[in-house]
Order: sequence, then structure tokens, then C-alpha cells
Amino acid sequence: MLRLLWLVPAIPLASALALAVLRLSQKTVAWLGTCSITASSVISLLVSISFLNAPPASGAYTQILWRWFDVNGLRPEIALYLDPLSLVMMVVVAFVSFLIHLYSTEFMSGDDGYGRFFAYMNLFVGCMLTLVLANNLLLLYLGWEGVGLCSYLLIGFWYRDPANGRAGRKAFIVTRAGDTAMVIGLFLLFHDLGTLNIQDLMHRAVLQWPIGSSGALAAAFLLLSGAVGKSAQLPLQTWLPDAMAGPTPVSALIHAATMVTAGVYLIARTHTLYSLAPQAQFAAAVIGAATLLMAGFSALTQHDLKRVLAYSTISQIGYMFLALGVGAWPAAIFHFMTHAFFKALLFLGAGIVIESLGGEHDIFRMGGLRQKLPVTFWTFLVAGCSLAGLPLITAGAFSKGWIVWGAYSAANGSAELWVVALAGVFLTALYTFRMIFLVFFGQQNSQVTRKPGPAMVIPCLILAFLSIAGGYIRTPFASYLSTVLAWNPGITRSPSFGEMFSEAIVALVFFLGLCLAYVFFLRRRDYSTVLASSPAGSVLHRFWFSDWGMDWLYDHLFVRPVVWIAKVGKGDPIDGFYAGVGRLNEIAWRGLSLSQSGRLRWYAAAVAAGTIVLIGVVIFS
Amino acid sequence: MTAIPMADGLILGGILFAVGLAGVLLRRNLLLILVSIEIMLNGAGVTFVAAGSRWGQADGQVMFLFILAAAAAEVSVGLALLLTYYHRRQTLDADYVNEMRG
Repeated sequence: MLRLLWLVPAIPLASALALAVLRLSQKTVAWLGTCSITASSVISLLVSISFLNAPPASGAYTQILWRWFDVNGLRPEIALYLDPLSLVMMVVVAFVSFLIHLYSTEFMSGDDGYGRFFAYMNLFVGCMLTLVLANNLLLLYLGWEGVGLCSYLLIGFWYRDPANGRAGRKAFIVTRAGDTAMVIGLFLLFHDLGTLNIQDLMHRAVLQWPIGSSGALAAAFLLLSGAVGKSAQLPLQTWLPDAMAGPTPVSALIHAATMVTAGVYLIARTHTLYSLAPQAQFAAAVIGAATLLMAGFSALTQHDLKRVLAYSTISQIGYMFLALGVGAWPAAIFHFMTHAFFKALLFLGAGIVIESLGGEHDIFRMGGLRQKLPVTFWTFLVAGCSLAGLPLITAGAFSKGWIVWGAYSAANGSAELWVVALAGVFLTALYTFRMIFLVFFGQQNSQVTRKPGPAMVIPCLILAFLSIAGGYIRTPFASYLSTVLAWNPGITRSPSFGEMFSEAIVALVFFLGLCLAYVFFLRRRDYSTVLASSPAGSVLHRFWFSDWGMDWLYDHLFVRPVVWIAKVGKGDPIDGFYAGVGRLNEIAWRGLSLSQSGRLRWYAAAVAAGTIVLIGVVIFS
Repeated sequence: MTAIPMADGLILGGILFAVGLAGVLLRRNLLLILVSIEIMLNGAGVTFVAAGSRWGQADGQVMFLFILAAAAAEVSVGLALLLTYYHRRQTLDADYVNEMRG
């Protein structure tokens, strides 16, 4: 059964090709586009079951399909590598993709680009599965760039609006900054260690590089830059909020559940390298902590439902980076899984809300949708609770509580990081319930024009179930993953409080956030208005609303200088120099030819004047 | 016969040369330009002669004979050109010959 593994990425890629090349009716497109992902996820489940029942002796299964090329010692293979880590990623990606494709069949119906949409989406799933299953970094990079391309194509999917195209280009260019660093990291790894096969690479790195050596540090930092770009972490997070210009299923699949967590996967996959480079690992923790706070504050001020969710995604991936950075490896992957469920569900719910209100994005113009869209309300509420971390019940509480505990107790953890993680819990609860109260409670401000059909509701129900049930598998999940990705406990110090205490504080902070959101955004809406219109409040509000001025900063720091250089360059300044030399010669020529008047007496006068000057020079010098 | 002071000879030569030059520059008639050139040549000749008599050397007068010969040759060529020009243009105005301008 394991030998079917190659079909998991191959089927979506093949169907993407078919959808791109053939001209099909909308019904056939929906059928083909969804069935390919269904088949892929079913096969991934079958492969996982057989992997779990009879794990290979080495703990991992490698399927070599063919040698990609062979150039001067670089011999990457098209080969798939299945171990507990990639298995989790593969199953989650395939399954969430399947649900979102199902949702899209109805969401996108009637759109002009229906076939194009499914072709891109299938291509994305194929590339994402390639990325996850790749056994060498080069193939991983192929998938990495493939998902980047699909992200670009799908953000600018409604290309008739220039703003969407701009958002797509922004996403592509900003992530390219990280990807460039990453590819340099790959060059460095190949140059120093002579292979790109991930497992060989990790073995050789341990043998060749002592802990904290410059080679390991450089490689780890470069790969971290790639991960930061892809996962929208500080300082490359500016593209993700704008990426919400794409259709909502795209936001759910690519910009929440799967692609943006590729950076987390990359670091987890190469975690051996990070244990050789503790500074780089700690940098990941700091980046994660800073990002989760900044994005949390930004999420608190947004009006656009999808932008709230986008900042929330950035913030949650910040949690994953924090977990990676402190050495709580399984917590990061566990949070990836639960986040994929509840954040996909939140986006799907947001898609239903926006559709049913005829394209209204502003949460302040929504309200009272509880009665009109009961199923959506309940599923959205479940996902929201999971995101905010309603203790004991929801999956998000389990994963986030685990990360918060890791921020304190794992190898790189500290009390400061623990406090930051707790502040993040508070912010998450606050902005999540602000969103829920504004959208679903209060009085109704706009008319529901369209009710969601079964293809949109069923994925929501399944994801709602997973958003709750996903949390209960934490213990088996951790023990299963421990063979490849073990929790890295802080050995040098004994914690001054236990995990139960940490979880209790998380629960307390969650309820604090919930109560505050209840007071400010449901009971006494005027309080929040007063707070936001006070001088300090309005400044902070504007500052957070604009993502801490990062876009403004980058606009002035990078975009404008480049545009200015381009504008200057358009006039060919270097050509201008040579054209100037030519012009000077021409002017001189005109002057000299003017003196050739052909008038005899002028010539005579010039000769006389010249002679007088010469004699004068001779006499007076 | 008293010797004429050299300064007088040089002044005469200078005046003749200046008059001739003025004629060359200001006259438009080619014939008169030719005449002015002759005057300039004579100015030069007077200078030579004055210088020769100052040092009691015959070289100055020899040079004058050379100048005379050169002037004769020049005038014969010049008059020939002048005639050809007149045949073509029916005028002797020097400012009409400016085909060689740049």
C-alpha cells in the first residue's frame, strides 16, 4: 500500500494539467477538480493507515521515483519521504484541501474562471504535497516555489481589478525576498555538505559542524529567512493581509491552512540543523513572539472580516515559530494541525457570511446574523472558540496551551516568552470575540440575500467536528511524533510551576479576554468607540490598523527608491552621457563650420588678427 | 644728402602696410584688393630698404628686388583669376565668392 504514495501528489498535478488544457463544462470541472483531491486524500489516508499498522524498520519510507538530474556531484532524485512528520502534514493538507475544494464547487459557481480556479487549486495541492513529501531540499524547493506561484495566481484571480493584481505581485515579491535567502542557504548546504538529501544532510551536519559553528548558523539563518517570508512572519508579514484579495476558499486553503505553514514545516524538517545553531533557533522564537503580539494588536483594529482573520493567521503562525524556537517541536506541528482545521473553518464561515450579504466585508456593517445563518454561526463560534482557546473542549486550547507551556519549560523557554505567549492568548480571545460579537450578535444591519447550500455547509460541519475532536489526540500525537521530533525539555533548570498551573493561567487569560470583548463590543459598544477616539487611542488605533506602519516603512524604504531608480533609468542616464559627448561635438562642429563663411575679407581679417595676437604674445611675454 | 633716420622709414613702411591692410579688409572690389596687397608689399619693401640702409648692407635692397619679382608674379596670377571671375560672375565683388562656406 505504501507504494501508492507517489499518487498522492501525482493525481492533483495530473488533474491540474487536464483542467488547464481541456475545455470542460462547469459540472465536469467541479467533478474532476474535486474527485482528484478526494482520490489524493483517500490514498493518503490508506497510505497512512498502512504506515501506522506496519511502520518500516527504519521508521521512514522512501520512494525513489527517478533521478532528476546528475550534474557535477549534484544528484537530486524525484523521491518521496514518508515519516511521522511528513505523514501528519500530508494527511492534514490533503484532507483540508478536499474539504475546501468541495466548498469551492458551490462558492465559485457561476464565475467566469471556474476551470481556471480549479486548475490553479489542484496545482497548488500537488505542489504542496510535493513540498511536504520531498526527500531532498531541491524537490522541496520546487514545491515551495510551486505553491508560491499558485498563491500569486490565486490572489490575483479576479485580475480585472488592478488592486488584486497588485496584491498578488506584492505577495510574490515579498516572499521572493525570503526565498532568495533560502536558495542561498541551499547553495551553502550543498557546498559545505555535498548533498541536498534532507536525512543525509542532517547526518553530515551533525558530524561536520560543531554546535554554534558559523556554517551551521549561516545555513540555519538563511533557511529561517525563507521560512519567515513564506509564513508571513516579522519582518516579511506585510503580504498576507493584502493576499485576502483572492477568493475566500483560496484564503482558507493557501493563506491560512497550508501554504503559510510551509515555513514551520521547513524548520521542523531541518530541526537537527537548528539544534546545531541555537542562536538561529532562538531568533525563530523571538520572531514568533514579536509577530504574535504585533499581529494580535493589528487584528484588534481591522474592519475587514478577512483581514482580521489574516492577522490572526500571522499571529497563530507566530505561536508555531515560538514553539519551534523554544524547542517545543511537537507543539508547533500540533498547533499547525488544529490551526489548519479551525482557521480553514473560520475562512469558510467568513466566505459564507460575505457571500450571503452580497460581498460585504466590513464587520461593523454586519451584525445579528445568528438567527439568519444558524449553522454558519455555530460552526464559526466553534472555530472561534478553538482559535481563542476555550479550555478543555476545543482543539485550539490544547495546542495553544501546550505552546504556552513550552514557551516556559522547553529548552529555550523563559518566563518572558511565557508572558508574551499569555498576552497573545488574551489578544486572541479579545479580537476573536470582537469579530464574533460584531458579526453575529447585536442588531442586524444588512440583508441576507443568499443561503449557503450543502456543498458549503458540510465542509464546515466536518471542520467544526475536527476543531473540537482534534485536541484530544494530543498525547498519542506527541508520543507518535517523538520518534522524529521530540520535545526538547529544558534540562538545566527546574520550572517553578507545573503544566497544570500554566494551563489554568491560559484559561484565566482567555476568560479575561472574552469578558473584555463582551463588555466592549456587545454590552457597551460606546466604550470601545470612546477608547478609540481618545487622542492616545486614535493614534494607537491608526498605528495598529496600518500594521504598525510597516507598509508605510517599506513603501518609503524600498518601493519608492526602486520606483525612482526605475523612473530615472527609463531615461537612460548612461546613454545620456554618451549622447552628451556627441552633442558637444556637434555644437563644436556647428561653431567651426560657422567660421567657414567663405568670405575672403573675413579670412584676411582673421589672418591679420591672428598675426597681431602672435606678435603681441612674442613682444609682451 | 643727409641720411633719412631709420624711424621715418619704418613709420612709412608701417603706414603703407596698415593702409594696404585696411584696403584688403574694407574694399569689396577684387581689383582694388589686389592693389591694396601691392601697397602692403611695398610697405614691407620700404621696411627692408630702411633696415638695409641702417646697417649699411645691400641685403635690404636685394630683398626688395625679390619682393618686386614676387609681386609681379602674384599680380599676373591675381589678374588672370580676376578676369576668369569677371567672366563667370560679371562682377568684381569679393563677397559674392562664398561657395566654400562650411
